Amino acid sequence: MDHPIQTDYLRWIVLLPLLGAGINGLLGAILQRQFGKRAISFVACTPVVISFLLSIWAFINLLALDPEKRFLIDSLYTWISLGSLNVTVAFWLDPLSVVMILVITGVGGLIHIYSIGYMQEDEAYWRYFAFLNLFTFAMLLLVTADNLLLMFIGWEGVGFCSYALIGFWYRDHVNTRAGNKAFIVNRVGDVGFLLGIFLIYWSLDKAGHGTVTFREIETFVPLIKDLEIWGIGVVTLATLFLFIGAMGKSAQIPLHVWLPDAMQGPTPVSALIHAATMVTAGVYMIARLNFLYSLAPSTLTVIATVGALTAFLSATIGLVQNDIKRVLAYSTVSQLGYMFLAMGAGAYSAGIFHLVTHAFFKACLFLSAGSVIQAMHHEQDMQKMGGLRWRLPYTHLTYLVAGIALAGIPPFAGFFSKDEILWKSFSHGLIFQWALGFAAAGLTAFYIFRQIFLVFYGSPRADPHTQSLVHESPQIMVLPLLILAFLSLIGGSLGVPEVLGGSNRIEHWFEPVFGSPGGHENAPVAMEILLMALSVGIGLFGITLAYLIYLRKTLVADTFSSLAAGVPYRLLFQKYYVDELYQFTFVRGTLFFSRVGAWIDQYIIDFIVDGSAKTTTFISWVNGLFDNYVVDWIVNKIADSTFGAGDKFRKIQTGNINSYLYVVLGAVVLAIIVKLRYSG
Amino acid sequence: MAESVLTLIVFFPLAGMIAVLFLPSERHNLIRWVSALFTLPPLLLSVWLFVNFDRSEPGFQFVQKVAWIPAYNIDYFVGVDGLSISMVILTALLCFLSIFASWGIDKGVKGYFALFLLLDTGMTGVFVSLDFFLFYIFWEVMLLPMYFLIGIWGGSRREYAAIKFFLYTLFGSVLMLLAILALYFTTEPHTFDMTKLIAQSGKYSTTVISFWPFDWLGWGFQHVVWMALFIGFAIKIPAFPFHTWLPDAHVEAPTAVSVVLAGVLLKMGTYGILRINFPMLPAATADFAFYLLGALGAWNIIYGALCAMAQTDLKKLVAYSSVSHMGYVMLGMAAFTPQGINGAVLQMFNHGIITGMLFLLVGVIYDRAHHRNIDGFGGLATVMPIYTGVTALAFFASMGLPGLSGFISEVLVLLGAWERYQVLAMIGASGIILTAGYFLWTMQRVYLGPPNEKYQSLPEINGRELFTLVPLGIIVVVLGVYPHAVLDLISSTLNHLNQIVIPHLS
Repeated sequence: MDHPIQTDYLRWIVLLPLLGAGINGLLGAILQRQFGKRAISFVACTPVVISFLLSIWAFINLLALDPEKRFLIDSLYTWISLGSLNVTVAFWLDPLSVVMILVITGVGGLIHIYSIGYMQEDEAYWRYFAFLNLFTFAMLLLVTADNLLLMFIGWEGVGFCSYALIGFWYRDHVNTRAGNKAFIVNRVGDVGFLLGIFLIYWSLDKAGHGTVTFREIETFVPLIKDLEIWGIGVVTLATLFLFIGAMGKSAQIPLHVWLPDAMQGPTPVSALIHAATMVTAGVYMIARLNFLYSLAPSTLTVIATVGALTAFLSATIGLVQNDIKRVLAYSTVSQLGYMFLAMGAGAYSAGIFHLVTHAFFKACLFLSAGSVIQAMHHEQDMQKMGGLRWRLPYTHLTYLVAGIALAGIPPFAGFFSKDEILWKSFSHGLIFQWALGFAAAGLTAFYIFRQIFLVFYGSPRADPHTQSLVHESPQIMVLPLLILAFLSLIGGSLGVPEVLGGSNRIEHWFEPVFGSPGGHENAPVAMEILLMALSVGIGLFGITLAYLIYLRKTLVADTFSSLAAGVPYRLLFQKYYVDELYQFTFVRGTLFFSRVGAWIDQYIIDFIVDGSAKTTTFISWVNGLFDNYVVDWIVNKIADSTFGAGDKFRKIQTGNINSYLYVVLGAVVLAIIVKLRYSG
Repeated sequence: MAESVLTLIVFFPLAGMIAVLFLPSERHNLIRWVSALFTLPPLLLSVWLFVNFDRSEPGFQFVQKVAWIPAYNIDYFVGVDGLSISMVILTALLCFLSIFASWGIDKGVKGYFALFLLLDTGMTGVFVSLDFFLFYIFWEVMLLPMYFLIGIWGGSRREYAAIKFFLYTLFGSVLMLLAILALYFTTEPHTFDMTKLIAQSGKYSTTVISFWPFDWLGWGFQHVVWMALFIGFAIKIPAFPFHTWLPDAHVEAPTAVSVVLAGVLLKMGTYGILRINFPMLPAATADFAFYLLGALGAWNIIYGALCAMAQTDLKKLVAYSSVSHMGYVMLGMAAFTPQGINGAVLQMFNHGIITGMLFLLVGVIYDRAHHRNIDGFGGLATVMPIYTGVTALAFFASMGLPGLSGFISEVLVLLGAWERYQVLAMIGASGIILTAGYFLWTMQRVYLGPPNEKYQSLPEINGRELFTLVPLGIIVVVLGVYPHAVLDLISSTLNHLNQIVIPHLS
């Protein structure tokens, strides 16, 4: 393997946002009081912008290298070195991670700028930006870490920031509960992640090369290919463990429950953390370890199935939600499902491609939703919106563009990436998973246009007072929206497939990481075109249906839902009752066992302890009586008053307990010693 | 300097106690400052130790040996190796900060500080003693002041708690004394010198004793002694089922006493096992490691966490979190891998720092609200933002958030344990979910949510309280980023220790 090129600027890409977080976190309250919110915005946004510029610089540097030599590394110091475990703090950049840092600092930077407007009225402005910067740092660390343990710092670090930002308005317990839920569900995944790390390190260590560094794992993984534990291949088990981590972070069924609740945070947070970046960490992790996953076909099938099911089921939930952000949340879960479907089909490049385009259009949708919510004075119920298109012209435009991109209509960005995934899974033989993904594409087009029609079209349903106050957002919020909408429009050009006359540039860019795409072998071009037409068709069908129900009202929404009324509708509206199920089993179960533990301590162990203490006291009391009435009687008979003082001393009972304990135990063990020494 | 540095560290607080005893008892501030003055030199000297300690040497350094009672081969014999130096530093730091955390004590000030300083000497003495007799003396010296500190300056059920603590530990030390005597008499010539006892460890018989119950259990002499020592130490750790003294003692003890109780005293259990059981009785250690260290440790992790979740008293919750976190130490040391044992000792250090913070933080709120009922607060973040920020740091450190110190030791323990006991490592790892559960739930109930009407005007954390917390907070962050500050100190000794036991593993 080539030695990567040493650099000394990668660290700044990662550490600059940490600096911003440090300044605002420790001194923010004072800065805000002394110099106003401008100072906070300056401290927070500058590092991210510089990181973005440095990321472009790094990208240019990579571009200048031969494709197979595109690795940059920046080693700082040895973090942990014990036995054969050697972990350095080192950042590395290859074609995969450079795309991630561009998205994180690029989209993240735009969201920082948008937040200046969105959070303007909040008194804890400094705290918001400190956590947003800290998040950016942790996310950058996650993608640039050159080993699993360092990645795990970023992995849990982003989870922590997510917790802190979901519960940002902590005075309301709805928010803090959502934060707790996010952190704890993620922790379940994190345990899986940790066990995966242990298993990989342990098996490589058995093979003589214990390591957690990505490049070394890649080099030595052939050594553990046939190793087994508990009758399962270690690679299969390790990849499954790691996938549990990915399910937690990327909200895949059955660990998806935290993400919709996470919408309690400020909307830019939903855009950055719960749509564009953090939730894609699981996808990134699998792509990063593609060499491992490719050795575990059964894990890949599991991933593809979980991904497809998630894509489909959460899209169905999205159909009936009325909260503007919840629809987008279920949409995110669903789109992440597509990315996992891609991973499971071994189409890593397609998955990351969708990650990138999704970051553009979903961030755009969330930020636009934020603009709507702010215009509507924090109203999030779509049933109370409608007809906003003239009042919010820019927001309407950006929402529409991003919505079309999500619906997968060409030539918008989402079309190319989603279609690539569907095609790759079909050609990979995952027909069932493809069918789910295909159906979900129709549902996606339906729910997003249902939303667009409910929010922007039709007649206004808000009360006149709110209606009169609706206004377009300030420029500082509109500008990021326009940029993201533009990216949602053209982002697909990164990966135009060959059948459409493109050259799939992004796939070639990733070749040094994922290897050459294997799907070329005589794939029938006609079939690819047919499937493409089908998925555009089902998308258009979804849009038409939404149009007929929610705008033309030819099919009246109420009749439609009453047609599907009763059990199915309630099931969807109540999100398949998964939350209730978990509450009843895991949460109640844990609390039950915790009470059992406390009960055992109080009534069993302490009963024995107190009982033995009381028994000892009782015995010593009897002894005291014996002393007083029997021994003393004899003693007094023999010699009258000499021992009077001694008797009084002996009545102190605690003293007696100790001495009796000593005597009894001493005698027992002395007997043992004697026995030992004199019985050979 | 190098010869007497440990003696100075041990006896400075004792000198302080004598000084305090000569002060007029109504001059409270003078007593406090004099106490602080006498705990500062040990801290500075342990920094000196930290700088001058030879990190590549696994054996004892800064050794001082003076004949004490020659008739019984008893010496004044002190020294530190990688295992004990981390504990000496921890003790010096926590005791110094605890003096400032005791500022609010206004009943029997003179007695309190005198006893506290005596406790300091006792604790440090335990960690540096290389003579078994001396070790035992310090062990008992530490016990008495603790009994009185809880029993006199404690809360409403202080007498029950103090007696419970005293009886539990006394029971343990009786067994320990017998074990020490057994070792003393089986060595020729009779000696209390730990280094000599370690050197002869091969001679302690493992042949099964031929009468009940030992023949049934398959125990030899070595196992019996091991068990006697282990019970003594397990009470201190505290390992299930010997742990119930801890929550009671903590709830009743004043803040600073809780800090040293959890921060330092608990470490003596695991320290004793590593210092004595491991090298002196390696064969028995190997035989018992799975059930009594590994499995019991994993059980401690889960059981302690579950009990913590059920508590309504904030201090009791923190106390049970100690039961849980000390489980990681046991699990780590049972693995006999470099990561496991180093992780275990690092966890001892980290737990001392983090739990010290936690108890100090509980003290801050107790001093203001005069209760610790978790459900009786709410929304403190609005009223006391800085205090809440520091609490969040301590909570997340205790949860093992990566980037903070607790993570490093927990992950090392679990990684090390995985090599030998995969299932135990999995159980231990799942403990981090429960830990997150009870800490976040506490965070939510006490600090977040709408501010409680009753506590709208609580004063923010003050300078003195911050002074006790900030150094610990800095250590938590620094060790998370650069754990080798401590790992370098401990690793050569611990790796050597592993090598003593490993040949006996079957």
